[in-house]
Amino acid sequence: MDYILSIVILGCINMVAVLGLAIFTGFTGLFSLGHAAFVGVGAYTSSILTYYYFVPFYLALPAGAAAAGLVSLIIGIPTLRAKLRSDYFAIAILGFGEALRVLLENLEITNGARGLPGIDGFTTLPIVLICLAGGVFVARNFLKSRWGAACIAIREDPVAAEMAGVRLFRTRLLSLAVSAVYCGLSGGLLAHYLSFIQPVMFTLVQSTQLLAAVIAGGMGSISGPLIASFVFIGLPEALRVAQMWRLVAYGLLLVLIMVYRPQGLMGYSEISRFWRSRS
Amino acid sequence: MTAAAPLLQVRGLSKTFGGIGAVNDFSFEVKEGSITGIIGPNGAGKTTVFNLVTGVYPPSGGEILFGGEEIEGLRPDVIVRKGIARTFQNIRLFNRRTCLENVLTPLLQRGKCSFWGALLGMPGARRMERELHEKAMELLESLGLAKYAPWQAGNLPYGLQRKLEIARALAAEPRLLLLDEPAAGMNPEETRGLAELVGEIREKFSLTILLIEHHMDLVMNICSPIVVMNFGALLATGTPGEIRANPDVVAAYLGKGKKRNERTAG
Repeated sequence: MDYILSIVILGCINMVAVLGLAIFTGFTGLFSLGHAAFVGVGAYTSSILTYYYFVPFYLALPAGAAAAGLVSLIIGIPTLRAKLRSDYFAIAILGFGEALRVLLENLEITNGARGLPGIDGFTTLPIVLICLAGGVFVARNFLKSRWGAACIAIREDPVAAEMAGVRLFRTRLLSLAVSAVYCGLSGGLLAHYLSFIQPVMFTLVQSTQLLAAVIAGGMGSISGPLIASFVFIGLPEALRVAQMWRLVAYGLLLVLIMVYRPQGLMGYSEISRFWRSRS
Repeated sequence: MTAAAPLLQVRGLSKTFGGIGAVNDFSFEVKEGSITGIIGPNGAGKTTVFNLVTGVYPPSGGEILFGGEEIEGLRPDVIVRKGIARTFQNIRLFNRRTCLENVLTPLLQRGKCSFWGALLGMPGARRMERELHEKAMELLESLGLAKYAPWQAGNLPYGLQRKLEIARALAAEPRLLLLDEPAAGMNPEETRGLAELVGEIREKFSLTILLIEHHMDLVMNICSPIVVMNFGALLATGTPGEIRANPDVVAAYLGKGKKRNERTAG
């Protein structure tokens, strides 16, 4: 039972991060290979606060999310101002993410590459579910708001978006910051569930997995990436009996989705009408 | 600014792309309430003028005054807010959004609401959303697109996509509407319908319209004055009658008519 519970919790934590990346990649149309770094910033910030400074968890968690949002501005302001095209931006943020990881490996307060052991395990299933449900609620409201409409307009056609009154730079930056906040929240939950974090948990590999969930789930969908993210966490566990073959199955699943449903599981739509703006 | 001052004044406008002059020292003006047409052979720089006026790229020289205010070099979204909206020669809709959402997007950008209120789904944000939905539906209705509201914009037939683009431009609540070849790809019947539509929306939304067009019958019927461009510069300007009678314009479109006459005569 505990085993299944842990998979559900880890799956939901991952879903929070995927939700953030869905806003940035799926709805704003910018690819990122560095969002795991924001998960790392959230994880380290909140853990350092509870571990060294005994800050209550319910304050440390949002602090981690906010820190991730702020850090995203450091890379977002120069790259998005320069209007880097999507693939160039993905590479720029990849470099940024890796640089951030190296920083975590060399700082004293993060305990370097050995990582932080013995973080209090505050994260429980109800807390994770509340964060996930709240995250979905806010994401849905965001996408229906003027800012969400601006993001989607940019994905569809940046030139036409500007002529519709959308502020290109500000909207892209906002989308990045919002997605980083989600990732930071996910990181805080992760650190306080695993009780142990180290820089190697926040590398390009993790960024790629987040991106894979968004693309396989469907760009421009919230429910699709959430389903994909849960499948990608759950499937390797369900296939543990197959031992080393389970990761092959994971890769195979990804290839099959991309071949037979290149638009992703959900495409550009949602699992229910609930998501559609009511007209 | 006096009432007689033109709504849009372009003076000595130039744009070069890597040494190639697309627009050279081009000046013209658009009077408030007029339907002004820009014509000229392909490559004359008409769309470039639109792009300069709407801020897609900054001019290399010259000035653009809108309502007496200098707007050259401003960002497109700032210019839209000042009251200039446009459509595009090659339709640029938000294809994977519904028709309603296409029109709603500029409306939302004009609306004022708090970021946090919107995120938390506060009643104020919801109310504003409902109001804007109604407004978007009204706009769709006035262009005869109401029943297509839930359709994906990319799935609309071509003619309706053009109309939807006009609806989206109107949603920005402009004073000046720029139409870039609105009748491109339309048959004569659709073109006539468009001519009526342009007249209607000008009345209904008290607009000034500046349009680029190759369908001469459309331009001659609804535009006055007409501005003729050739090689990035002003060739002629005047009423349809004057333009039709202008030998330079005829030469620009048909080549040097005189020489051919001489040849046939001789």
